[in-house]
Amino acid sequence: MFTFHFMLIRNHTTRPVIISLPARTPGVPMCPSIAKPRARAAPPAGDPLLFDDTSSAAAPMNSQGYYTPGYDMGGAPPGGPGNAGVNNLFADPMASAAMMYGSSLANQGKDMVNKEISRYVSVNKLKYFFAVDSKYVMKKLLLLMFPYTHQDWEVRYHRDTPLTPRHDVNAPDLYIPSMAFITYILLTGMALGIQKRFSPEVLGLCASTALVWVVIEVLVMLLSLYLLTVHSDLSTFDLIAYSGYKYVGMIFTVLGGLLFGSDGYFVALAWSSCALMFFIVRSLKMKILSSLSNDPMGAGASAKPRLRLYITVATAAFQPIIIYWLTSHLVR
Amino acid sequence: MAFTLYSLIQAVILCVNAVAVLHEERFLSKIGWGVDQSVGGFGDEPGIKVQLMNLVRSVRTVMRDYIFFLFLQCP
Repeated sequence: MFTFHFMLIRNHTTRPVIISLPARTPGVPMCPSIAKPRARAAPPAGDPLLFDDTSSAAAPMNSQGYYTPGYDMGGAPPGGPGNAGVNNLFADPMASAAMMYGSSLANQGKDMVNKEISRYVSVNKLKYFFAVDSKYVMKKLLLLMFPYTHQDWEVRYHRDTPLTPRHDVNAPDLYIPSMAFITYILLTGMALGIQKRFSPEVLGLCASTALVWVVIEVLVMLLSLYLLTVHSDLSTFDLIAYSGYKYVGMIFTVLGGLLFGSDGYFVALAWSSCALMFFIVRSLKMKILSSLSNDPMGAGASAKPRLRLYITVATAAFQPIIIYWLTSHLVR
Repeated sequence: MAFTLYSLIQAVILCVNAVAVLHEERFLSKIGWGVDQSVGGFGDEPGIKVQLMNLVRSVRTVMRDYIFFLFLQCP
């Protein structure tokens, strides 16, 4: 599903370029734009840009319709005696009442869980990061491994909310990092098995180590962005996404090491480090350094751009270190 | 260096405790980090030191009530 809206593309010189395209569906009315950049606001629940949320609409249908097809299909093959038994089960009011009670209990449990989760994590905001399609994933993976020819690194906006990853290849997403994380754990298990060092506890330890390093990096980034009062629209999920992209580099490195031995490991490490450093610097430069141009008071100290540059470069330089640290023990 | 999530939680609790025990008038004012010394900057952006002082004060305000129960979680 691809809908066209009025798109507002902001570039460095803050001269808005309006490209109007024929609107196929009526756009969702948005709030008037605010001058200062704000974090990624959750799009309204009925936003057609995100995927259709069929979970709530399908739940009542599912809870009642789920058992019926299963029993019908299970009842048909056994033939005569089994058929009579299934029909008896359905005709029995106690069994059907118990089924209704069970399904209502399950619905209540689901609502309670949703309520608790939405107290800590904004589910709508999280949905934004998982609104991907395979074309985006292909392009993004190619971009992570070979970012040198990409021209336009600006994240596009649609009336003050960022476009979903489905429509903008520069937008960060959480799908690739989470899939890459799981793939990295599986690859670690395989590499350790090849070296005859595998045991299930090691897998859990490796997973939690990788997760802890991401958490540490995100916390350090948040602290440094707060201390330097960088008013960018990088939210926590954005930082998690940009930190998680290093797993793709790790997978590539481990694969190179497994297939081509120690030389292949170092070649793949060098390649993915350079590509990832370039990607991180170009992506974060837009967010951290260019937020200066939106500052109405233009008399910023000259130390500020330098410190922001240091943050960006330090983040980029941290990636090869952590890739080497987390993968060198897999390839001897 | 094999980290578990539990060691991360322990490290975070210890660091937060280290920030929370910095006493305002006995220690921070003596070294020029008290919050009464931070209201000078009405310019466009506060510096790093002012941000750090605000961070220390807010950590102390928030964690003062909860740090005891967090410590009870460690064996």
